[in-house]
Formats: sequence, C-alpha cells, structure tokens
Amino acid sequence: MTTNHAPHDGPAIEVESLTKRFGSVVALDGIDLSVPAGTVFGLLGPNGAGKTTTVRILTTILQPDGGHARVLGLDVGREPHAVRASLGLAGQYAAVDEHLTARENLKLAGWLTGQPRASARARGEELLERFDLTAAAGRVAGTYSGGMRKRLDLAVALVHRPPVLFLDEPTTGLDPQGRGDLWELIEELVAEGMTLLLTTQYLEEADRLADRIAVVDNGRVVAEGTAPELKARLGSTIIDVGLADPAAAARARVLLEPFGPAEIVDGTAVEVNVDDGARALLQIVRLLDRERLEPETVAIREPTLDDVFLTLTGRRAEASGGAAPDTNDRGRARRRGAQRGAA
Amino acid sequence: MTTTTFPATVPVTTERSSLVKAASDTMAITWRNLLMLRRVPQLLVFSTIQPVLFVLMFRYVFGGAIRVPGVRYVDYLMPGIFAQTVAFGSINTGVGLAQDLGTGLIERFRSLPMARSAVLAGRTAADVVRNVLVVALMVSVGFIVGFRVHTNAAGLLAAVGLMLLFGFALSWVFALIGLATANPESAQAAAFPLLAPLVFASSAFVPLKSMPGWLQVLAAHQPVTITVDAVRALVLGGPTLRPVVQMVAWAVGLIAVFAPLAVSRYRRAA
Ligand SMILES: Nc1ncnc2c1ncn2[C@@H]1O[C@H](COP(=O)(O)OP(=O)(O)O)[C@@H](O)[C@H]1O
Ligand SMILES: [Mg+2]
Repeated sequence: MTTNHAPHDGPAIEVESLTKRFGSVVALDGIDLSVPAGTVFGLLGPNGAGKTTTVRILTTILQPDGGHARVLGLDVGREPHAVRASLGLAGQYAAVDEHLTARENLKLAGWLTGQPRASARARGEELLERFDLTAAAGRVAGTYSGGMRKRLDLAVALVHRPPVLFLDEPTTGLDPQGRGDLWELIEELVAEGMTLLLTTQYLEEADRLADRIAVVDNGRVVAEGTAPELKARLGSTIIDVGLADPAAAARARVLLEPFGPAEIVDGTAVEVNVDDGARALLQIVRLLDRERLEPETVAIREPTLDDVFLTLTGRRAEASGGAAPDTNDRGRARRRGAQRGAA
Repeated sequence: MTTTTFPATVPVTTERSSLVKAASDTMAITWRNLLMLRRVPQLLVFSTIQPVLFVLMFRYVFGGAIRVPGVRYVDYLMPGIFAQTVAFGSINTGVGLAQDLGTGLIERFRSLPMARSAVLAGRTAADVVRNVLVVALMVSVGFIVGFRVHTNAAGLLAAVGLMLLFGFALSWVFALIGLATANPESAQAAAFPLLAPLVFASSAFVPLKSMPGWLQVLAAHQPVTITVDAVRALVLGGPTLRPVVQMVAWAVGLIAVFAPLAVSRYRRAA
C-alpha cells in the first residue's frame, strides 16, 4: 500500500455532541471531548456509561446518530479508511485468534495493515520481546492466561505503529500483578509520544495513567479535568466512621461536616471526604471523643469511582468495585464461552 | 503533561493500490482460516463422518432395495453423496463467521485499514480449499466401496469443479445466515431445516420417479437435483451441456443474490 503523510495540527481526537441510540436505549447523549496530541485521556465511568460506544464510533466500527468525531482531523464517518490507518484498538475483550499463535496473530495484523513482510516480522518480534511473550510466541493463544491475552491484544494493536491508540478497559478482569504489568507497558508507550484514549472503571487507573479525565455517566460527560482537579472537588481521602445507631450517625454527620462533604451510608456510618487524611483522622477521633460519640469502627481509604459518582451525581455507580458485567457484557461472555466449548 | 512530540500524521491510500490491497487482505484471511483448519482438524473429520455413514448405509443397507434403471446403484449414489457433503459442509462458513463475531475478532477487523470484502471473501475462499479436501476424501471413499467413473478423468475433474462451485455458492447463503444470527449454534440450527429438504427431496439418493407427482415437480427444479444430475452426466455419461449450464446458472444466481446481501450485512454487523 502506498501512503503519504499529511501533517495535522490541533487535537488528535475531537468529539462534538456525539449521540447514539440502540433502539430505545440512549447510549450517548451528547458527548464532547478534545484530546491534544501526545497526551493520555481517560474516560472514567461505570458499566453502561457509554465508554465502549464512544470508542467504537471513534474507531469507525459504529456510525453515530448525531454529532462529529475526528481523529487527526479526519472525520470518522466520512474518511473511515484513512482514520483506520492511523489508529490502534485493543477492545474491552482481547480479540486475539485463539487458534493462532502469538506470532501468527501478529503476522495477520501486519499483513492486514499493509506492512511490508520483513518489517512486520521484525516489528512482531520486537513487540513479543517487549510484552514478555517471546517464550510463549509459538503456542496458540487459546492456552494463554488473561494477562497474556491482554498483552498480545495490545501488541497486535501496535503492529502498524499507529499514532493514536484506543484502549477499552485494558485491565478489567486482570489480577493486581497483571494490572501492574500492563500499566507499566502503557506508561512506556505514552513516554514515546503516542496519543492514548483509555476507558476504565477504576479511578486509580485513570489517576495513574491519564493526563486528563472525563467522568461519563448515562452517555454524558459529568465532569472533566486533571486527576488533581477532580480530587480537589472530591477530597483526596475518605474517612468512614461506623456508629452504634442512626441517631448517633446523624449527630456525627453534623459534627464532621466542617471537615468536608459528609454523607450517611447504610444508616449508621458517616463518610467524610477530607483533604489531609492523617490530620483529619486525628481531629475527628478527638472531636468524637469530646462529644462522647463512641465510634464502632473507623476506616481511612482512597476515593473510588463510587465516591466520585456519589459526589458528582448524588448516587452510587451501580457496579461498585467495577468488574461486574452488565447484561450486554454477559451476552458476549456467553457467546465467547459457547465458542470455546464448540472448539 | 506531555505536549505534541509524536508526528501526528495522516496516511492516505491511493486508488490504484486498493484492488491489490483487497486481494492481499483476502489472502491474509484465507491463510488464517486455513491455519485454523490445521489446528482443529477434528472439524474436518466430523464433517465427513456423516457422509461416510450415508455411503455405508445406502451402499450396503438400503441400496439393495433401490433400483435405478441402467446403472449400478453405487455409481448412481456417489454424486448424490458428494452434493450432500458439500451442501452440509457449507454451513461451516456461517458457523465460522458467527464465531468470529462472538469472539470480537470481526470487531477488530472492522477497525483495521483493510478491504471490507476481505473477511467474507477470505472465509468463502478458505471453505473452497476445505471442500477440495472433503470432496477428494469422499471420492476416495467412493472408489473403496466400488464407485467407478464411466467417462474419463476430465469428466471427474469437471465434476469436482462443479461441486466446488456449488459449495462456494451455498457458502454465501450461509455467510448471510451466520452474520444475521451472530451465534454459532443458531447458525447451525437455522441451516438444517433449510438444507435437509433440499438434499433429501432431490435426486441425490433415489430417482425422482419414485416420489409423488407434486414432489417430483418441486424436486426436479431445485439446485441440489440440478447439481447432482450435472455431476452424474459428467462422471457416468450422457448429455452434459444442458445440466451443466443449468447448474452454473443456479450457482451464479445464488452468488449474485447472496454475496451482496452478506457483504451489506457485514458492513452493518455490530
Ligand atoms: N449493540 C448494542 N445494542 C443495544 N444496546 C447497546 C449496544 N451496545 C451498547 N448498548 C447499550 O448502550 C449503553 C452504553 O453501553 P456501553 O457503551 O457498552 O457502556 P460501557 O462501555 O461504558 O459499559 C448501555 O446501556 C448498553 O446496554
Ligand atoms: Mg464497555
């Protein structure tokens, strides 16, 4: 394939009032995003928020109902072929061919993206090495662990050196070790200057990897900013005080309000968002002691997506902790299971 | 925060290369599907067990009771068996596509700068190669149970060619079904009630004359009968031009209708 390269100034990814419905379900209800080249953008939201739909539109898999989406200045609806040549996608489920080895999966991707055979082979070996798959490279991907599949999926997305990369929930379903490994790989890619849009249900992940974060809910962006900006709206630490009864909890909530936003949860506990966790903890314990409110439990923790949601929308993200599949996901999981069963 | 350090570039494909690219993409997908055949050879074995059983049953159990004037039953039977094998084998196209939809592979293909037609063309092309193996195997089985070609090697080769064309045409029908159901089990289930009447209410196993009159009319004009009659003419002798032309017309017609439908369904498949 002959290609020539036209330079593009301006944001690498631009999304304006994007809308998408599936029958009566409104998946996207007017999304706006702008991602400068060379930066990492995180789409943070619970299951069903519209993250995957946004990624599928940006990667030309799906047509939007309304609005515009551009990648490197190219409209994804009008010039899908040119857009495809400049993007890499690792979807929510590792879409590697189970009957092919890692090396064959990479060869197929190199072939389909029009790479010269020799350079595709060299690139494949480099990626195998880098993603720690060289030892398993001759085994069919069906025998891989979840983490290995995800790494191979990412390697496949990088074969043609795309300037823009989309990662849809790259670490969902991985154990902490696998998640840490993948984070390091992603950080290396980012250091090389790639533009990256990643979706996640984990605040910690967005915090670690993304320069800017958009919190999405019901197909809308409900907040956007850097991780420190979002946390400033939230308080950086949460102190959870369990009390004996609802009356005590109500009193405690009033007392703790000056430390930061305080909420009663499960009737008898109070959660306070504070900025300086250690100092606030000490003061809170002293105050409660003075007021003769004996706490049953006191816990201190980092805010989660659930807390972001509670603060931004006044309700909890349904999938607290994040990994529970929604009905859509389950349908796919079932099909995938059936496929494996048949093979 | 990092600012622009990566060369933000826009690759542009030229028109001239797009046909070459489409051919190359089709080859890539064909290669991948054939590798799969090598990795899971059971698929090939299972799809030939049923026709082999039919050969044994009709040759040695029912064959004695079926009289076909002017020809040994085993010679009459084998062209029917070839058509049956290829017809049921073409379900494979739909099942394979449904599997690729389910695993998200097609989703990835749709994000790649590849020809839209390649996933379907590569799948049907690989299924033609698969049919070469299957038909060769069934011809060998035929020879073992006493089947003989009355014409010559060229006749047999032409017959094999017709079988492959027949399989290729049906593959497009099942490509559409596989994409529409998006589920391997459903694709399989939808295929059987469609194929069974075509294969069994045909001249594949018994002469049409043994059927009731109304059924004879239906059976005489459907593609399995026409294919089987063309294959018989090529390997057993008799006028070949008319049945072969009819058969090719059927195949071209099926492809002309179902290939565009399947491709448009592929474009929309989510
Ligand atoms: N192909 C589809 N058909 C019908 N509904 C869909 C489809 N894809 C997504 N949805 C629905 O659209 C909404 C957004 O889904 P999605 O973008 O997958 O969210 P997320 O990736 O944030 O979990 C959900 O309500 C989901 O059920
Ligand atoms: Mg999703």
